[in-house]
Amino acid sequence: MGKGKGKNAIGTLAAAMKDGSNATRLSFFVMGGGHFLRRQYAKGLAYFAVQLLFVLYLALFGGRYLLQFFSGDLGTKLAGEVWNEELQVFEKIRGDNSFLILLYGVMTFVFAAVYVCLWYFNIKSSAHNDQVIAEGGRVSTIKEDFAELLNEKFHIPLLLPPLVGLLVFTALPLLFMVLIAFTNYDYAHMPPGKLFDWVGFRNFISLFSLSGGSSAFAMVFLRVLLWTFVWAFLATFSNYFIGLIISLMINKKGIRGKVFFRTLFVLSIAVPQFVTLLLMQKILDGDGILNKILGTNILWLADQRNFSLLPRAMILLVNIWIGVPYTILMSTGILMNIPADYFEAATIDGASPVKAFFHITLPYMLQITTPYLITQFVTNINNFNVIWLLTGGGPVDNLYYGGGTQAQSTDLLVTWLYRLTTDKNPRYNVAAVIGIVIFAICSTLSLLAYSRSSSAKNEEEFQ
Amino acid sequence: MKKTKTFRSSARRGYLFSNALVYLILTVLGVLWVLPIVYLLYTAFRVQPSTGIINQLIPDNLKLGVGNFGKLFAQTNFLLWLKNTLLVSVSSCALTTAFILMVSYALSRLRFYFRKPLMRILLVLGMFPGFMSMIAVYFILKAMGLTNSLVALILVYSGSAALSYYICKGFFDTVPKAMEEAAILDGANQPTVFLRIILPMAKPIIVYTVLTSFISPWCDFIFVNTIISESEKYTVSMGLYKMINAERNGFNDNFTVFCAGATVVGSIIVTLFMSLQRYYVEGITSGAVKG
Repeated sequence: MGKGKGKNAIGTLAAAMKDGSNATRLSFFVMGGGHFLRRQYAKGLAYFAVQLLFVLYLALFGGRYLLQFFSGDLGTKLAGEVWNEELQVFEKIRGDNSFLILLYGVMTFVFAAVYVCLWYFNIKSSAHNDQVIAEGGRVSTIKEDFAELLNEKFHIPLLLPPLVGLLVFTALPLLFMVLIAFTNYDYAHMPPGKLFDWVGFRNFISLFSLSGGSSAFAMVFLRVLLWTFVWAFLATFSNYFIGLIISLMINKKGIRGKVFFRTLFVLSIAVPQFVTLLLMQKILDGDGILNKILGTNILWLADQRNFSLLPRAMILLVNIWIGVPYTILMSTGILMNIPADYFEAATIDGASPVKAFFHITLPYMLQITTPYLITQFVTNINNFNVIWLLTGGGPVDNLYYGGGTQAQSTDLLVTWLYRLTTDKNPRYNVAAVIGIVIFAICSTLSLLAYSRSSSAKNEEEFQ
Repeated sequence: MKKTKTFRSSARRGYLFSNALVYLILTVLGVLWVLPIVYLLYTAFRVQPSTGIINQLIPDNLKLGVGNFGKLFAQTNFLLWLKNTLLVSVSSCALTTAFILMVSYALSRLRFYFRKPLMRILLVLGMFPGFMSMIAVYFILKAMGLTNSLVALILVYSGSAALSYYICKGFFDTVPKAMEEAAILDGANQPTVFLRIILPMAKPIIVYTVLTSFISPWCDFIFVNTIISESEKYTVSMGLYKMINAERNGFNDNFTVFCAGATVVGSIIVTLFMSLQRYYVEGITSGAVKG
C-alpha cells in the first residue's frame, strides 16, 4: 500500500500509461515485456507464460463457454440427430448443455479475474522499476525477488496455496450454486435432455411471497424456518446448560472420582456420530428396542400428532446425549479458572449455592463462552446428521409436503435443501435459494458475533 | 455457643445430603450415557444370536467372542476401507494442518494490504452450507478426471481448510511480539521465525488441529457418497453405512458386524483422544477464552 499513496488500481494504471516508460507501456499488451526489456528474464518469462496459457485456454476451451454464458440464455441447441441432405444420413450433433455452460462459464470467469489481477501486478511491477531507475537505482535481481518473498512479502507464499484450494473447492462451486438460484434448473429441465434458462427472481418470489399462486411454498418455507430457529435455540441451550450443570456437579467440592465421571460422559465422543445416531434410530423405531422393553407401541420418531411434537422432542433428547459431552469437555477447564475468592466472598455474605451459580458462575461462563455459543447456534442451524439419520426429516405431513415442496415435518433448512438436490425429482433452483437463505442467516450471526468479540477488536492486546 | 453448634451440624448434614444427591444424579446420568456404548460393545462381541437386534434389557445369552470381528475382516472389504481411510485422513490432515497454520500465521503476525477484508471474506465464505455446492464440486472433480479416486476426497476435505483459521489465529495472537523481534534482530528471516519460534510454541493448537482434521474423514459419509461409487474405494464410515442401509435386510443381517466395525473405529478414536486429550481441551478453550 505504502508506495501507492492511496492511489486506486485505475489511477495506478492510468499513471503507468501516461508517465510510464515504453517498457511499462509494452507490459500493457505483452505481459512481462517490460521485465524482459529490463533483463529480468525469469520474471518476464513467467508473466508471458501466464498470458500465453490464458489465451490458449480461451481459444481452445473457455472462450466458447464465456460467450454462451453472456449471450443471455444457457444454450439453445438440443442434442439429437439431424438429417444431412448431402450425405443422406442422420448425423448426431452435440447439443448444448446448460449445466456445463454455466459451470465452465463461471470457471472461465474466475480464471479471467485471476488473469486480470496478474496483468495488473505485471504493470505495477514494471512501473515500480521505472521509479527505481528514475531514482538512480537498479532493478532487483531474481535472487532479491526471492529474498523479498521470504521477508516483506512472506504472506504471499503462505496464503497462495490455501487460497487456491479455497477458490477451486469453495468459491467457484458456491458462485455456481448462487447463479443456479436464478435459473429454472429442476427435474423438468435436466440437461442434456432438456435445457434450463435464466428466470430472474422467480424462485425467490415463489419461496417468499405469501400471496399469489405459490403461497403454499411460502407457508412451508416459513414453517421450516421457524422450526430451524426453535431447534437451533433449544439444541444449543439445552446442551449448554445441562452440560454446565453436570460439569459443576463433577467439580463440586467433596465429590470423588472426578476423572471417572468425566470419562464416563466423554466416552461417547469416541463413537462416530453416525453410528450412535443409527443405533438410537433403531432403539426408538416403531418396532425398536425401547418399545419392546416397555411393551408399548409408540411411534417415537414418526408420530405426527400435535405438529410432530414427539419426534421433535426425541430429536432434542438424542441431541443432548450427543452434545453434552462436548460442553463438559469445554467447560471443565474454564470452571476451574473462576477465582475461588469470588465464592468465598459469596459464602461469607450468606449466598446459597444456587444464588452463587446465577450470580457468579453463569455470568462468568457466559462472558467467556459467547463466541462458542454463537458458533454452536450456527452449527445447529446446519445440523444435518442428527435430523437426517434419526427421522430423515420425517414424518411426512401434508401440512408440509404438498404442492411439490418435498419438505417434511422435522426438516431443517439444510435437510430440506439436501432432499431437494438428491430426490428423484430434484429442484436445484429452490435448493440454491434455500442455501442462500441459510447463508444470509449464518453470516449475519457470525459477523455480529465476530465484530463484537474482543478477540477481533484487540488482536494485539496480548502481543 | 450452642446455637452455632447446631447450625454447624445441620450445615454438615446438608452438605452430606447434597453430595449424596449429586452422586445419585451423576450415577444415573452416567449409566444413561454409557448404556448405548455398552450395548454397542456387547453386540460387537456377542456370539448368539449372530444376527439381528436383541430386544431385552438383559440378554439371555451373555457369552462373548470375537467371531464378528473375524467376519468383519474376512467377509467384507473392511481392511481395504480401513487402509483407504487411513490414507485419506493422514494426507488430508497434513494438508489441512499446514494450510490452517499458514493462513493463521499470515493473518495474525504479518501485516499486509487487504488483510482485514480477507479475514471477513473467509469468515463469510465459511457460512455457506458445505453440501449446497456438492454437485458443483462433483462436476469440477469430474472435469479434472478425479471422480472415484481417493485424491478427490483428500482435496475436498482439505480444500476449504483456510476457512477454519479462527481458533488458530486466536492462539497466534497471544504470542508476544518481542520474541520474533529479537530473532529478526539476530538476522532470522520470516520462515525461520515461523518454523523455529512460533510453531514450537503453538503445540496445543497444532495437536488440536491435527486431531480434528484427522478424525473428520472417519465420520463423513455424505461427500464420499457423492464422489465415490466403487465399494473398493469406500472409507470406513461409508462402508459401514452402506452395510446396514443399502442392502435389503442389511440391518438385521449385518448389525453385529456393523457394531464390530464401529468398535474398531471407536477404539482408534479413543486411543487418539486419550493420548492427546490435554491438548484438545487447551485447543478449544484457547480460541474462546478471550471472548
